[in-house]
Amino acid sequence: MIKPDVYHSLGLSDKEYQNITKILKREPSNTELAMFSVEWSEHCGYLRSRRWLKLLPKTGKYKTLIGEDSGGIIIDDLAIIFKMESHNHPSQVEPKQGAATGVGGIIRDIFTAGARPIALLDSLRFGPLSQAYNRYLFTGVIDGIQFYGNCVGIPTIGGEISFDKSYTGNCLVNAMCIGIAKKDKLVRARAHGLGNPIMYVGSSTGRDGIGGCSILASHEFKEGEEKRPTVQIGDPFTEKCLIEATLEAINTGYVVGIKDMGAAGLTCCISEMASAGNSGMDIELQAVPRREENMEPWELMMSESQERMLICVRKGKEEQIKKIFLKWDLNASVIGRVTNDGLVTIRDNGKTVAQIKAHSLTQAPVYDMPYRKPKSLRELNKLELSKIPQPKDCNKVLLQLLATPSITNKSWVYEQYDHMVQTNTVVLPGSDAAVLRLSRFSGIPPKAGKGTNKAIAATTDCNSRYCFLNPYSGAQIAVAEAARNLACSGAHPAAVTDCLNFGNPEKSESFWQFKNCVEGIRDACKSFNIAVVSGNVSFYNESPKGAINPTPAIGMIGILNDINKACSQNFKQEGDIVILLGYCREELGASEYLKEIHNLTKGDTPQLDLRLEQAVQETAIKAIERGLVNSAHDCSEGGLAVALAESCVSNKDNMIGANINKLNYDMRRDALLFGESQSRIILSCSKDCVVKVRKIALEFKAPFCIIGKTGGRVLRILNNIEKLIYSPLEDLYEEWSSSLKKNIEG
Amino acid sequence: MRFGVVVFPGSNCDQDCFYVIKEVLKKPATYIWHKDTDLDGLDCVILPGGFSYGDYLRTGAIARFSPVMKSIADFARKGGTVIGICNGFQILLEAGLLPGVMLRNRGLHFLCKHVYINTENTQTRFTSLYNTGQILKIPIAHNEGNYYIDAAGLKELRDNNQIVFRYCSAAGEISDQFNPNGALDNIAGIINKKGNVLGMMPHPERSCERELGSADGYFIFKSILKWLKTGKT
Repeated sequence: MIKPDVYHSLGLSDKEYQNITKILKREPSNTELAMFSVEWSEHCGYLRSRRWLKLLPKTGKYKTLIGEDSGGIIIDDLAIIFKMESHNHPSQVEPKQGAATGVGGIIRDIFTAGARPIALLDSLRFGPLSQAYNRYLFTGVIDGIQFYGNCVGIPTIGGEISFDKSYTGNCLVNAMCIGIAKKDKLVRARAHGLGNPIMYVGSSTGRDGIGGCSILASHEFKEGEEKRPTVQIGDPFTEKCLIEATLEAINTGYVVGIKDMGAAGLTCCISEMASAGNSGMDIELQAVPRREENMEPWELMMSESQERMLICVRKGKEEQIKKIFLKWDLNASVIGRVTNDGLVTIRDNGKTVAQIKAHSLTQAPVYDMPYRKPKSLRELNKLELSKIPQPKDCNKVLLQLLATPSITNKSWVYEQYDHMVQTNTVVLPGSDAAVLRLSRFSGIPPKAGKGTNKAIAATTDCNSRYCFLNPYSGAQIAVAEAARNLACSGAHPAAVTDCLNFGNPEKSESFWQFKNCVEGIRDACKSFNIAVVSGNVSFYNESPKGAINPTPAIGMIGILNDINKACSQNFKQEGDIVILLGYCREELGASEYLKEIHNLTKGDTPQLDLRLEQAVQETAIKAIERGLVNSAHDCSEGGLAVALAESCVSNKDNMIGANINKLNYDMRRDALLFGESQSRIILSCSKDCVVKVRKIALEFKAPFCIIGKTGGRVLRILNNIEKLIYSPLEDLYEEWSSSLKKNIEG
Repeated sequence: MRFGVVVFPGSNCDQDCFYVIKEVLKKPATYIWHKDTDLDGLDCVILPGGFSYGDYLRTGAIARFSPVMKSIADFARKGGTVIGICNGFQILLEAGLLPGVMLRNRGLHFLCKHVYINTENTQTRFTSLYNTGQILKIPIAHNEGNYYIDAAGLKELRDNNQIVFRYCSAAGEISDQFNPNGALDNIAGIINKKGNVLGMMPHPERSCERELGSADGYFIFKSILKWLKTGKT
């Protein structure tokens, strides 16, 4: 008889335990209990989110591919596979290893599909850097990402970092990986074909990470808990070998199915591969390579040791596959066979220690969670602008905003990442979106005869303060902004991966945030006609200090038709005309300005009109594709003034000022300069191209306004005749470029 | 005229070097697995960047014991052309094919960015197509690029004109301010006395095509080709 405190300690409820005995028609063995506990954890089983995730669109204007562990789109003869995943709790407990293994895990999700990983991005959130522990987490996480990503040789090309006190006690580390394959070379995470051997490859199994998904990822943090033993340890060198060996193995054509042993380790791989292939598996644990002695069957089944894979190989080809892994000095061992009884049978030295229907492990119960709008929102959404004093010196405010950690230049971070390895990065980190060429992968010759001219752009986005104050609109804006970032590089938004970070789903107010964010993503994606091809949910992001802001991080891929037209955000030459696409509205709610200058997280999100958004984006894309535009930058946190300042100073070697003297708005000056009205893009182009750009804007019905001219060593902004900003570039650059480093290194 | 690109299990710039030789220079290239020892038929060996054996210990400390390294030492002794880039440079130092050692960057961080280097010596088979003092825009990406050698060693490098590249500003000014990693005397690349082995921290293979932001590294490979073809620098 298993006592309640045993299954409680594994994270199972009384009801779930009864359910298990009903399925088995008997008491579970220790090993079986362990297997259910991890497969039915929120992290693996999506018990509380699954119902809502079904709402997300799976098709869009680009042909989609949805696999077991990742998804992607088809571009000509290529498949672009990508996914974003969280590693929040491990990073909070042990920042370097937590972040490193987060990166390792997402990379494996990509190359197990048969795709070569070509880029990484990271969406990171921390509490304020003024607190020493947050600085420790921040530097530890960056260190973990550089440690892992640099060694495996995948460029880290972008992402986002922001800071808010809601993340004190629960930081967010979301890693995204992009891979590429010939579309006919992809493999699935399925085991089938009676008698086909099941091979274990990669690192050996130890006691690290036991219960990572069920104990660590599926509960909130309590005060003073010691959870370090549940964090895994990363070995990027082994991962690098595993990437090469796996891709070589897949290339033989003898791999029937393959899956990464990530969360829930062997249990997850065995049950999910069998279930997805509508088959069973008979496994002998004695054949599992291990690095510790006397491991119990349940420990082997729950371990989350890193850099391991399970492969279903075509019968008779075991030796060929084994040879490849041995060449890379990796383990390769046949640990079982595919059966046709639908059962997962686990043996230890011949003795059966678990026998469960594969489907019953993978079909975790679905819970319909109650949700309720937080009462506090009504008060929080109220914003009386008349009670907020206008700044006397806007220059000072601009400099202050440029220095805030969420806005300031992140080169201190991305220069620690190898962002150029593989030599595909054409637009480097630091612009709205990074751009990668595809010419080395595609056999489709363009005019020049050397691979395709097409390229992809990638970005991540989410303003969690918006999502806190208005989850539905905040999530829509996250999608719209990600798309806008891509549009500014000249890319057509193509598909989404989402990483949904929320508090405890058992609390109805947290669940309301989740539900509304999912609906917001759904509606925005439908409006852009793009699919959500992969994703991840991370609940229980709470500490005794409270829940995090709802943070549905959006990772988005865009397609450029011609790499030579890729655009970046900095002004390129003196005398160019500066154009604003879109409108400025008197909106200050939820803004960075209110938070940083007035210490207020209040009001509602800026309005979002998805039709206007698309008109603006399509205008920018077409103008860039025609080669009419020299720079494009979107207005986001910090509004128009911050966006203009960034366009002036983001190329240190060639800073160019601007005279913005044609604004003509009747509104508060702080709202004009720092308000965060959506659907705005700042373009610069030479004088001869203005008429053509205007024509494109007319065609798409996008608001078009010439607001000034580039040139000089000063950013000057006037509204009508009122002087608002007059700031030398050196001052802007100083605040924008060095604040992060100063915050960290003092 | 055959190039060989060495592949240690943790090399990660091997494919980039291979691509440049094959697709940009349009010359034949082969991979050399680190457990192999046969360098027959090769005219130039490239030791690429990466993390040869994970480099959890000192960079290159394990790689120098690879079977292939003995062959490379023989190849170099016989006058064969060897270029070590980034981790390849670190391995050449560990193997004693070039003098000096690498310390961690003085900022104690990995650093990836475009820098400028001054071409100090153009009388080499690696740099003959540059002008003396030509400034190259070229990326670095390393954690241990802080080159060090004792005073006598430095004097010898200088006396023999073995310092090939030094970090500088976009305008060519060589000073500590433009030294990204603390390397002694702003040293970014050196050759052996014989002039057939070059080690450099910056990545020429990342700067061979204009769309990547700079094509200044291209002429290192072109210079090698010229040498292989004509025997002239």
